[in-house]
Amino acid sequence: MKETVDSTGASHGNTRTYTIGFIFSVILTLAAFAPVMIGGVSRAAVFTTIFSAAIIQILVHLHYFLHLDTSSASRWNVLALIFTIMIIVLFVGGSLWIMWHLNYRMR
Amino acid sequence: MTPEAIDTTAAPGTNLAHAEHDATARQATEAMGFWLYLMSDLVIFASIFATFIVLSRNFAGGPTGRDLFDLSFVLLETMLLLCSSGTCGLAILAMHDGERQRLLAWLTVTFLFGAGFVAMEVHEFHALIQEGNGPQRSGFLTGFFTLVGTHGLHVASGLLWMAVAMGQIITKGLTIPVQSRLMRFSMFWHFLDIVWVGVFTIVYLLGVLQ
Repeated sequence: MKETVDSTGASHGNTRTYTIGFIFSVILTLAAFAPVMIGGVSRAAVFTTIFSAAIIQILVHLHYFLHLDTSSASRWNVLALIFTIMIIVLFVGGSLWIMWHLNYRMR
Repeated sequence: MTPEAIDTTAAPGTNLAHAEHDATARQATEAMGFWLYLMSDLVIFASIFATFIVLSRNFAGGPTGRDLFDLSFVLLETMLLLCSSGTCGLAILAMHDGERQRLLAWLTVTFLFGAGFVAMEVHEFHALIQEGNGPQRSGFLTGFFTLVGTHGLHVASGLLWMAVAMGQIITKGLTIPVQSRLMRFSMFWHFLDIVWVGVFTIVYLLGVLQ
């Protein structure tokens, strides 16, 4: 009898999903570092690249390493994550807004 | 998590399938609880990120990110952490297959990658402080040391956790509680890699661009 434990109550990956996740992460990391290290790209293009690479890489990690998906088994994990993101948007967005505004008015 | 999990009155000890179901439900609850801890940790990191971003241009006449950061060094650090995340996954697969030796081997590799990451970070901090660019130099450096240091402390705690886990695998074997703890460790380890994606993007890449 094989006794196993799940991380999120959802499916646990296999060698294939971990390999795919790892290769995606390496590519996305290189895609983020390359335009900054090599240069020769417009500022707007660099910002767009590094932020989209970061967001996609976070999603890749959540899906391939932490096995979050839309299945009912990981529903509560996803709900908790969404709630946390809402709190973070309020925290970080609110702090930056207030501090930027204070800085603007004190000039 | 499920109503059945609470129902312990039904013929205790006579129904093995039921007992097994209880154990599975218990582990799912423990994983969920640990996930909630990770979410609260994420809020802590987010607050420190916000602090860093607010302070990130307050150089006080001191060095900027462009002067201090060596991106090829950071890229190597990133790759070490990413590799350790991958090998951690392979360790968990070995655990599911019930192969103790393979599990211990992958955990050792994961530990070495993680230790390499921490060593590089300690080296970076040491060099900065030696050059007089410690956390007291400017608001920017205070934010930098707080954010990167908090992440580094988490990784160092992960190393300690891994060492204890390997000790438990050797002395206790692959019991259900040991496996359950290893699952939570892997969640913690992958989580730290996700936070690092934010750190290298916002601290290092944006720091060099500014």
